[in-house]
Amino acid sequence: MAELATRTLPLAGAHGGSAGVRLTPAAPAERLSLRARAEDVAALSQSLGLDLPTKPKTSASASGRTALWLGPDEWLVIAEGAGSSSSDLKAACASSGVLHSAVDVSHRNTAILVEGPGSAAAINAGCPQDLSLKSFPVGACTRTIFGKVEIVLLRTGEESFRVEVWRSFSDYAFGLLAEGARDAVL
Amino acid sequence: MSASVKNVGAFRIKGAGRLTPARTARFTFDGKSYTAMEGDTVASALLAHGVHLVGRSFKYHRPRGILTAGPEEPNALLDVSRDAARRQPNVRATVQEVFDGAKISSQNRWPSLSFDVGAVNNLFSPFFAAGFYYKTFMWPRQAWTKVYEPFIRRAAGLGVAPTEEDPDRYANRFAHCDVLIAGAGVAGLTAALSAASTGAEVILVDEQPEVGGALHFDTSTTIDGQDGYDWAQDTAAKLRAMPNVRVLTRTTAFGYYNHGFLGLAERVSDHLDRPGRDVPRERLWQVRAKRVIIATGSIERHMVFANNDRPGIMLASAVRTFLNHYGVAVGRNVGVYTAHDSAYEAAFDLKRAGVHIAAIVDCRDRPGEAVLAEARALGIDVLTGHSVTDTAGRLRIRSMTVARNGNFDIRKIEVDSLIVSAGWTPSVHLFSQSRGKLRWDEANRRFLPDTYAQDCVSVGGCNGTDDVAEAIDEAIAAGGGRVAVHGESRFNWTGGMIGAAEGAGPDTTVKAFIDFQHDVTAKDIRLAVREGMHSIEHIKRFTTNGMASDQGKLSNMHGLAIAAEMLDRPIPQVGLTTFRAPYTPVTYGTLVAHSRGELFDPARKTPMHELEAAEGAAFEDVGNWKRAWYFPRRGEDMATAVNRECRTVRDVAGVFDASTLGKIEVVGPDAAQFLNLLYTNAWDTLQPGKCRYGIMTREDGFIYDDGVVGRLAEDRFYVTTTTGGAPRVLHHMEDYLQTEFPHLRVWLTSTTEQWAVIAVQGPKAREIIRPFVEGVDISNETFPHMSVAECEVMGVPARLFRMSFTGELGFEVNVPADYGPTVWKAIWERTKGMGGCLYGTEAMHVLRAEKGYIIVGQDTDGTVTPDDAGLGWAVSKKKTDFVGIRGLKRPDLMREGRKQLVGLVTNRPSDVLEEGAQIVADPNQPKPMTMLGHVTSAYWSENCGRSIAMALVAGGRARIGQTLYVPMKDRTIAVEVTDTVFFDKDGGRIHG
Amino acid sequence: MLLIHCPYCEEDRSELEFRWAGEAHIARPENMAGITDEEFAEFFFLRNNEKGLTYERWRHIHGCGRFFNAARDTVTDKFLMTYKAGLPKQPVPGVSATEKAVETCEQTEGDAR
Repeated sequence: MAELATRTLPLAGAHGGSAGVRLTPAAPAERLSLRARAEDVAALSQSLGLDLPTKPKTSASASGRTALWLGPDEWLVIAEGAGSSSSDLKAACASSGVLHSAVDVSHRNTAILVEGPGSAAAINAGCPQDLSLKSFPVGACTRTIFGKVEIVLLRTGEESFRVEVWRSFSDYAFGLLAEGARDAVL
Repeated sequence: MSASVKNVGAFRIKGAGRLTPARTARFTFDGKSYTAMEGDTVASALLAHGVHLVGRSFKYHRPRGILTAGPEEPNALLDVSRDAARRQPNVRATVQEVFDGAKISSQNRWPSLSFDVGAVNNLFSPFFAAGFYYKTFMWPRQAWTKVYEPFIRRAAGLGVAPTEEDPDRYANRFAHCDVLIAGAGVAGLTAALSAASTGAEVILVDEQPEVGGALHFDTSTTIDGQDGYDWAQDTAAKLRAMPNVRVLTRTTAFGYYNHGFLGLAERVSDHLDRPGRDVPRERLWQVRAKRVIIATGSIERHMVFANNDRPGIMLASAVRTFLNHYGVAVGRNVGVYTAHDSAYEAAFDLKRAGVHIAAIVDCRDRPGEAVLAEARALGIDVLTGHSVTDTAGRLRIRSMTVARNGNFDIRKIEVDSLIVSAGWTPSVHLFSQSRGKLRWDEANRRFLPDTYAQDCVSVGGCNGTDDVAEAIDEAIAAGGGRVAVHGESRFNWTGGMIGAAEGAGPDTTVKAFIDFQHDVTAKDIRLAVREGMHSIEHIKRFTTNGMASDQGKLSNMHGLAIAAEMLDRPIPQVGLTTFRAPYTPVTYGTLVAHSRGELFDPARKTPMHELEAAEGAAFEDVGNWKRAWYFPRRGEDMATAVNRECRTVRDVAGVFDASTLGKIEVVGPDAAQFLNLLYTNAWDTLQPGKCRYGIMTREDGFIYDDGVVGRLAEDRFYVTTTTGGAPRVLHHMEDYLQTEFPHLRVWLTSTTEQWAVIAVQGPKAREIIRPFVEGVDISNETFPHMSVAECEVMGVPARLFRMSFTGELGFEVNVPADYGPTVWKAIWERTKGMGGCLYGTEAMHVLRAEKGYIIVGQDTDGTVTPDDAGLGWAVSKKKTDFVGIRGLKRPDLMREGRKQLVGLVTNRPSDVLEEGAQIVADPNQPKPMTMLGHVTSAYWSENCGRSIAMALVAGGRARIGQTLYVPMKDRTIAVEVTDTVFFDKDGGRIHG
Repeated sequence: MLLIHCPYCEEDRSELEFRWAGEAHIARPENMAGITDEEFAEFFFLRNNEKGLTYERWRHIHGCGRFFNAARDTVTDKFLMTYKAGLPKQPVPGVSATEKAVETCEQTEGDAR
């Protein structure tokens, strides 16, 4: 075999933002779409080393892994940092011994980090949800709509968000965020 | 030179108004240069220079002036431009603020505003009465292109749309609040103070540049001991400083929709001399409010009398606004004609500013005592029980004709301006848009909010609460907080009328305008009733009353009253036309906001897009995807490139980007059972490591989608769908899984974008991919056609399919998408070295057609069953249930003679049929001919050396061998019906 | 734009996140292959399209992905309630018969009386 394949991120080289909002393509991450019934959540949580959230719009993080509640039987598990791999995540789920579906979506999604005092306003250029801290506190997450594409939104800090988006929609999402950032007047 | 009172207009009154001459702006109107003061609207600036004539009317081209000082303006619609591309027609002069360098022109006149050839329409006006268009634009047919469109339509109308692309930016923002308050007059500001005091998130909106509403002109009101306008500005500053309040000025709440949803249009930079690059021109706010307080006030009406539309005739509130806010007197010798006390105050203000008041003509016998006393004190003549029955003056009013009511003795009074007021119409637009029901207030002849359909409340003028102290109490209560605000007004206004005044009644033929923008007169309303229009909705459409861009803000009540009088029915029984959004016109730019250019629609690109572009690919749109269409080499046109690609794939091999195909991972112990229910095929018999072509039907039995399904493990399937079908197929599957088969233990995950899919097709395909693949033996024996394996390709986890959409030996290499580019590059390098090619969707279409493989949506159209498509073999006969099983047994789907998919070859091999062309048995039959079906796919096949086609033909398979005909515009093409396989009929190559 | 309460997300969300999915409580026959043409027509083609209280399915497609049921008044566009898929048709307190008062366009348009 001649060579090993290397990763090319869909948003490689993208830059944008404004005085009030910084936009950065996130580092490569490993992702799992995890599906399971309510009775199997405890076992899977134990195997993954984090409590899979069961309350709508919430997430949980532990040791580099974050699980986002997307639906009553659906989570997006994101693992960041060197050494994490989707096969580890899958293996961890498998070791639970309970019924579930774990599908690798590491490359399906890519992520954009939106940071700064105008971050919520920038996202509200295309997202119809109430992003005030009262109704969308730090750690809140949701699948929603952003302009004409679907995203998964996670609030990572009072003024920072992670926008997960399917790779072929990422140009559009980044472009609309950049427009929103220009308009995010404080 | 510092601006003096002189050069900012001869009609500026020293010491009047709130503008300061510190900054001025230059603008031109119809080529003539003027100086305005900062804060001027185009209207106030023109009036300051004595310019009243600003436009020609829509239908009769009558000279028109500025009637109002606000967004309800029907006449003063101008063309305002910053530069060639930034030109906006139909801008209301009373709303647009002057910016330095503005180029402004009048509309609907030729050759000039003061001499307009179209004014001849006024002489012919008997021919242009209500219903003229409906009656005229009927026949003869040729007149449409020769007369109606070029002459009549051009003569009528407003501004001209710009031709250049709009270079401005527009923004969109979704927002949420506890309380949204529309209108920042006394009531709105007080309500905002009250609501904000509770800690609620508040958005306060006002369409004007500054808050204050009626306090702009009403100098007789004091609040908390302060001048009303000053109180408003202080209050706004206080509100702006609160973290839970957002004050948006120059922002119109234009629509109140379902469930507390409002559209606001904010004019961000139209008033700026030089807007910054990042500043949008306008911003659309899409607000979801838990509660709405409507404080939109009321709009003054004009008097309906003969020739009431001359320049110089203006509403009383407008006259006061121009004087008290902009420091401009509308004339030097001003008359008043009124049915309401409020007009008196305009006269008082002008008189105090040194303007002569010719007379106050009041059609009422008993106006309010307070205003009469004040008039006496100021020495103004008041003629009660009198009416203005006519006016004179060509381009500006010169005199008014006054008569005692019921008396024919007339006298002419010279005036250069005439103030009119018929009273005030509460602005119930937003309330009505929210689906609230109105009630008729007979005492004051007005409609008021009655039953609320949403969580909203009306306060102040729009609720019929005229007294300022009462309005304040109402607003405090609506806001739900505890604040103390005390307001009082020197006068309590009474009076008002709707409908035609003296001298414009049913027995007259005078032009007494009710709708200025559409040139509708009282006579037109009466004509409509006489011609049989008895519903106000019909009267509106017949006369176009209220259908112009001002939506009848001034005219609706007058029109209604005149119709009610003619119909001899009480007004509430005649009804009011529906108020629709938008309240005032909203630019397309605002509604479109960010959705322009690259953000109009997402352009989806595969991981290999850039590499393909570098190889010279031409792309085609498939849904939102950009797919490589063909790869022309130097000097090649599309046909040459496609022919070469088709030949090379069959001779050597080709590389194709199949990443856009929809992919769904179906996981769970009941996965096979689920697929059994969703597809016509049987899946429990498919062994892990194998794939199968599957057909999905809907309950009606018609083909919905197709694709290859691979079984990766007992409980894991990898389903592919058509490119365009991916989202709807997943939705369809989820629907059944969640709502019909929820007992099945299976989950669906879209993996379309997880995988880059590189198809390698052709006799050398195996040789090409062999060095890259690890972990699976891809020899024909161990990895035959329709195999699937998880393996490694170039060191990364991959899924390898042996399958073919070309009829050749073929593989589809699936690698995680981020690895796609390097794997594609390596495979392409090796393919190139072996004489292979890249091929695009066009060659793919030809190659699959040569084999008779269908494309769902091209060869099927939602009325084609698997059997119609020649795919009856894919429908399991053993299953007791699947989606479509019953539909397929419907009599019409089982009958003989259904359209079936067949092949067609033209008698002349070089004739390529047109897709969509109709097919007949006898080309000489009389028209309309009996159509047997149509061509679904047609190509030149380089590999067959002739054209090929597929078609849906009635009883098609029984017609194989027959000659049919395809009549085209210029000739008829004879075709022979064949089966659908044109190349490699025994199918040996696929197993190579 | 409607505001819809998702019974799974337990929150009101913008209509933009949802997709309408037709009339609710139409069960797919268990013995699908055996039903008559009339039964099939009733199941697949015929819908009530009622004015007033109507039961319909929605999917929170750009949210939790769940299908659910809603009782909505098609005259006022008000959602009277939403509830999870699989639950039987829920009665709406205080609402029974549909409004039949207004029939003509003329009457529905001129709504001030």
